[in-house]
Amino acid sequence: MIDISESVMQFLLAFLVVGPLLGAAAALLPAPPGLKGKSPEQAVLRHGVTVTGAVLAAAIVLALGFDHSRPATMQATTDISWIPALDVRIHLGTDGISLPLLVLTALLTFLSALYSYFKPPAGPSPKAFVALLLVLESGTLATFAVLDLVLFFLAFETVLIPMYFLIARWGSEGRAEAALKFILYTLLGSVVMLLGLLLIGIKAGTFDMVALATDNGRSLTASVQVIAVLAIGIGLAVKTPMWPLHSWLPDAHTAAPTVGSVLLAGVLLKMGTYGFVRILLPAAPDGFRTFAPYLAAFAVVGIVYGSLACLALAGRGANGDLKRLIAYSSVGHMGFVLLGIATMTPTGVNGALFANIAHGLVTGLLFFLVGALKDRTGSTDLDTLARQSPGHHPATSGSAAPEHPETGAALYGRAPRLGGLFAFAAVASLGLPGLAGFWGEMLALFGAFEPAAGLSRPAFLTFMAIGAFGTLLTAAYLLIVVRRVCMGAAPQDAPRLTDVRAYEFAAWTPLVVLTVVAGLWPKALLGLTDPAVQQLLTGGTR
Amino acid sequence: MSSLVQSVDWLAIAPPTIAAVVGLAVLVADLFVDERRKPLLGWLAVAGLAAATLMLLPLLDADRSTFCLVGDTSVCSYTADRFTLVIQFLVLGGALLTALLSVTTLKDDRARLPEGEYWFLFLASAAGAALLPASRDLATLVVALEVASLPAFALVGLRHGDRRSSEAALKFFLSSVTATAVSLLGIGFVYAATGTLHLTRVAERIQTVDGQLHTLAQTGVVLTLVGFAFKTAAVPFHFWVPDTYVGAPLPIAAYLSVIGKAVGFSGLILVTVVALPSYADVWGPALAVLAALTMTVGNVGALRQQASRAHSAVRLLAWSSVGQAGYLLVPIAAAAYSGDPERSIGSTLAYALMYAAVNLGAFAVAALVGRAHRLNRVADYRGLYASSPLTALLLGFFLLCLAGLPPGIIGLFAKVTVFAAAVDAGLGWLAVVMAVNVVIALVYYLRWTALLFRAPAGEPVRHRLPAPLTAALALTGVIGIVLSGAPQLVLRFTDTGLF
Repeated sequence: MIDISESVMQFLLAFLVVGPLLGAAAALLPAPPGLKGKSPEQAVLRHGVTVTGAVLAAAIVLALGFDHSRPATMQATTDISWIPALDVRIHLGTDGISLPLLVLTALLTFLSALYSYFKPPAGPSPKAFVALLLVLESGTLATFAVLDLVLFFLAFETVLIPMYFLIARWGSEGRAEAALKFILYTLLGSVVMLLGLLLIGIKAGTFDMVALATDNGRSLTASVQVIAVLAIGIGLAVKTPMWPLHSWLPDAHTAAPTVGSVLLAGVLLKMGTYGFVRILLPAAPDGFRTFAPYLAAFAVVGIVYGSLACLALAGRGANGDLKRLIAYSSVGHMGFVLLGIATMTPTGVNGALFANIAHGLVTGLLFFLVGALKDRTGSTDLDTLARQSPGHHPATSGSAAPEHPETGAALYGRAPRLGGLFAFAAVASLGLPGLAGFWGEMLALFGAFEPAAGLSRPAFLTFMAIGAFGTLLTAAYLLIVVRRVCMGAAPQDAPRLTDVRAYEFAAWTPLVVLTVVAGLWPKALLGLTDPAVQQLLTGGTR
Repeated sequence: MSSLVQSVDWLAIAPPTIAAVVGLAVLVADLFVDERRKPLLGWLAVAGLAAATLMLLPLLDADRSTFCLVGDTSVCSYTADRFTLVIQFLVLGGALLTALLSVTTLKDDRARLPEGEYWFLFLASAAGAALLPASRDLATLVVALEVASLPAFALVGLRHGDRRSSEAALKFFLSSVTATAVSLLGIGFVYAATGTLHLTRVAERIQTVDGQLHTLAQTGVVLTLVGFAFKTAAVPFHFWVPDTYVGAPLPIAAYLSVIGKAVGFSGLILVTVVALPSYADVWGPALAVLAALTMTVGNVGALRQQASRAHSAVRLLAWSSVGQAGYLLVPIAAAAYSGDPERSIGSTLAYALMYAAVNLGAFAVAALVGRAHRLNRVADYRGLYASSPLTALLLGFFLLCLAGLPPGIIGLFAKVTVFAAAVDAGLGWLAVVMAVNVVIALVYYLRWTALLFRAPAGEPVRHRLPAPLTAALALTGVIGIVLSGAPQLVLRFTDTGLF
């Protein structure tokens, strides 16, 4: 949109990756004089906001300078030799597929840092917290920015240790086991993925993603492709997560601190689906075609399974934890993303990428809201929440009081703005037309209606029908949650909850606005992804 | 007329020779130095090792050989090629670092550790270890192996009045001597079948062995390999490791875990890749199975260590070193299958260099903590960050390097090269076994790392940092961090000719 010289663009992209790392190192050092702030804690949290803010600014400038007339072309590319012995190059670049994810990551991390500044995480010193947050940001941004298989693996692994410590040190009860489970599952997946990446790299003679995409799998035999797709697919599927490899996710989300959940759902899960689109689809299309029906089948099972799990958790007396519920809903949403990718059609893959971004925005917002709810009420347990409005319901006209009816947490009455936002996020999550959640899921289902040549159409039609049924289930549990959390009679004597504070508004408004914008003007995003996807499916990026 | 007197290239043999000569000098000087001045011996040894390491520099430009056959000068007993130099650097540099650790240990434990003998034995062993990678005939190889290991037995049992120490030494000695006897028998068979001891000639002649001697040659090959497998502490020859490490003075445990292993696997490489390439179909699968077993047993053993048990930190490092030995064996096994064995061997070298630096670093921290906590339990490391943040960060970095996860980038890339060697050779099953092992290993490395940053259980104990320990920590830390930024420094060995 605006004309920025190529070298500045290169610098911006490199800064996205390196900037947070430098910031993390600086966070561990004592604050320089003049920046000491009120206390060391406050100073380091402010440092986090500054660095993530700078990174976000760089990401926005990068997006503005991105040549939107050729989103299929790699832009802002840097290509330096790093380890000649392994043929590893520092190859960075961004196109229409990775650009939205870069901006989303920078945005969510900045909002998380901002939120933490006003609401410091409960736990040990925030110094390490900020440093870990920044390393995490660097790792995720690097995952979306690198164009070399080995570097991709390095970036993929970089996020593990920070996320482990964020959960294990600032989480709630059960955090140690949850954190260990998270890191072991993902590591097992990613080591297997490494084997697949090495196989592709060694057989094709290059680790460069652009070269591999241009080659479009022509230099790989069918059996190599099948093995590589299986190995890489397992690694990415654990991260995504795909049913039945998802079982680390609910525990990790339940135990993680608010900011950890936001980033885990909003950004980390996308690394898996991004890998499917960026590596597997273009580099090993034949192998992918072999597994596409299975992937789609697992995806729709995930959709239904996630929704049913949520329905079970949402019911009365199920002791359902809200964070766990949203985690399961993520399994369902990521199922749509995987279904879209498995169709191997431009429509489906575009839908998947759209749903990726939408899920990041909406689920990020939901986790923020649940975190805020927990701060105010001290619980994320649905039953406890719903029972909280003190039970002295005014007996109506002398009739016998009903059996202690549970009316709901009455958030509308007790904190109207918070309740409104919660309902908004839930409705966006269930895919109401006009909001971000709608387009991705619709396009993914639409892609399944007519899958790519060579894929069985009847099978995909079945998957589409099951997926569509899943949207109904999704709507059902989200509406139940809204009823139990937001509605209900607010008793006169119940203490009012603090409504949305100014900093919370600041942290959440961008997500709300983008959800609406993406829902009303999907072309802004699809215009970016579509040309890149078209090219990826037919023979690589340039 | 050709002279029967061999000309000796003194520059080529300088590194092991200097170590040996300084060792003798220390032994003699011990007689004349009075009790208060004994620490000088330690510094003399450190200086000797530093000089020996520096003497590697003039050898870098070209391959040199000496002690060649008078008739055929292409067949030599001592060769300083790239492979030799890398291992010698690893051995002498590693010995230098352990010598720095030893200075502090000897100072703390002067009553029970005789300094003169300690340094003599230490340098003698280091000289043998440095000689081994350069030896190109089976006799020199065995002599070097014994020069490296016999003083090590004595070092393990050197502590006066420590029953566990002498018991460990005996265990180590008996099992090691058995293995040596076995490999000597094997070498005897190979000699009987081929009529030569020079590795390159063995490689040629063993392919055309008389049909009657075929069984003899095969038995010889297997027995020779068994002996060298013991030195790398490969399963099932690993059982002596944990007790020996706990019983030995801590720097000696560090020495065994790095230099002892380097001796074993460089001998193994020479015997397999240089002397017996035609038997690749025998030793390839055998080493692959051995690698899989070794890493699994080592990692499971480490996983089962309880944090509160006495000496659990050293025990854990001992088991983890068994597991790491398994990773080191993977590329050697892959060399049997790959078209370019030197590339695979290069992966072992790169991995070994990474492992040497970070494992010695971890031992340096263990030595530091062991000064305040005699029992050196893993539980004693809780809250180390609160009392000495930099040490804790370094230990965390070393452990994550061993685990192979960022921020330990060099550990990650070393693992990547090992995986690449396995995938390249078509050893998919071994790569998968290794992948599972990497995950198992992460559990105990990460548990330990997480413990460092927890709130201390009681009053944090201040750890005073003596200068030699600081130097060792700083060196290993700098090496680890520099390599993480520029992995090419060690990984280039996978890309160049070695022999």
